[in-house]
Amino acid sequence: SPADRANLAGVRHILLVLSGKGGVGKSTLSTELALALRSAGKRVGILDVDLCGPSIPRMLRVQDRAVHQCDSGWVPVFVGQDKAIALMSIGFLLERPDDAVVWRGPKKNALIKQFVTDVAWGDLDFLIVDTPPGTSDEHISTVEALRPFQPLGAILVTTPQ
Amino acid sequence: AEVAELRARLRAVRHTVLVLSGKGGVGKSTFSALLAHGLAADETKQVALLDIDICGPSIPKMMGLEGEQVHQSGSGWSPVYVEENLGVMSVGFLLSSPDDAVIWRGPKKNGLIKQFLRDVDWGEVDYLIVDTPPGTSDEHLSIVQYLSATHIDGAVIITTPQEVSLQDVRKEINFCHKVKLPIIGVVENMSGFVCPKCKNESQIFPPTTGGAEKMCQNLSVSLLGKVPLDPQIGKSCDRGQSFLAEAPESPATLSYRNIIQRIQEYCEQHHLQEDNVK
Repeated sequence: SPADRANLAGVRHILLVLSGKGGVGKSTLSTELALALRSAGKRVGILDVDLCGPSIPRMLRVQDRAVHQCDSGWVPVFVGQDKAIALMSIGFLLERPDDAVVWRGPKKNALIKQFVTDVAWGDLDFLIVDTPPGTSDEHISTVEALRPFQPLGAILVTTPQ
Repeated sequence: AEVAELRARLRAVRHTVLVLSGKGGVGKSTFSALLAHGLAADETKQVALLDIDICGPSIPKMMGLEGEQVHQSGSGWSPVYVEENLGVMSVGFLLSSPDDAVIWRGPKKNGLIKQFLRDVDWGEVDYLIVDTPPGTSDEHLSIVQYLSATHIDGAVIITTPQEVSLQDVRKEINFCHKVKLPIIGVVENMSGFVCPKCKNESQIFPPTTGGAEKMCQNLSVSLLGKVPLDPQIGKSCDRGQSFLAEAPESPATLSYRNIIQRIQEYCEQHHLQEDNVK
């Protein structure tokens, strides 16, 4: 719907960071990529769709922040003095950082759809989407929800073994 | 009726241990494989290793069983045997090619897990080890639910020393509390590295917030042991060999063996208590 499209309308490029394998450095790379792009003067957003193990907030030292709602949806957390990185993660929605998100697929899918269409990103040069390991609900839902916005592509992360 | 079916199938399983972590890539499958090898070293014990990581099944490769297929018989699916007393089941054996992606949503994954428990003819088993994917989602909820038909001795939770791992592992510990799954203890993998040349120790993954030790203290959970990094571990896994057999002198082997023994003792004690209660 036009309303759904609005929130991603100002985003120039969407990049997904994927791996089949866990613990290879997806979130680390997503964070470093965002920081490097910011240094190059770009406006960057990170969408952390790892619902069970959201690592990005801590990596950017914003784990204690909270998100708010506005008319067009969620307001992302803005990182740093210059607010040049916008971040959305389930980490911000937890009452306590150690709370486990013990959800089955359908509930995860619903939140991911919301994260894709209901975050008021504003104008971004790059939106980096960090994913959990695997090829399951989160990945299917994220790709389906992003398809209308024609992501630039995926970066695959691995380790040597 | 379903529960009764599962209960019947799992009746001959004495001990069940789940290997969990909130975090990926910390060494769950490595540990599950070595736990299986370690327990099966006693030829009088029958060991079963069930790999329910449906998207990323590592166990077939780690056990040297890539390319094996599952056979059906009158009594159900046959596990693939590494040794006479060590049987393995994984979705990896059901794929026509090892690079096939299993792109399934939750319900389909749950269905396969139930099938594994219901249709695999494990026979009499002393130890059933269940290797899980990272996270706290469908696979984890389902395995706890289905295994309530039998009983789970407890969970072994794997981590590495850094806070980024621990923050996910704390969630996993909370998951265990939530579903009333006893925690046998925590294993800290990749805990330091001793250079084989100069013998200097480095912290490749520094425990910036106190590592598993501090976390276990804070959460009143047992720390089963710390295992140092050893490049031979990754090599053995890639080659499908038992690291314990390939590198018997490694400090990592010593750590693993101590941890395996503690798990065995926990299970045996557990059983004694249960028998006493009866």
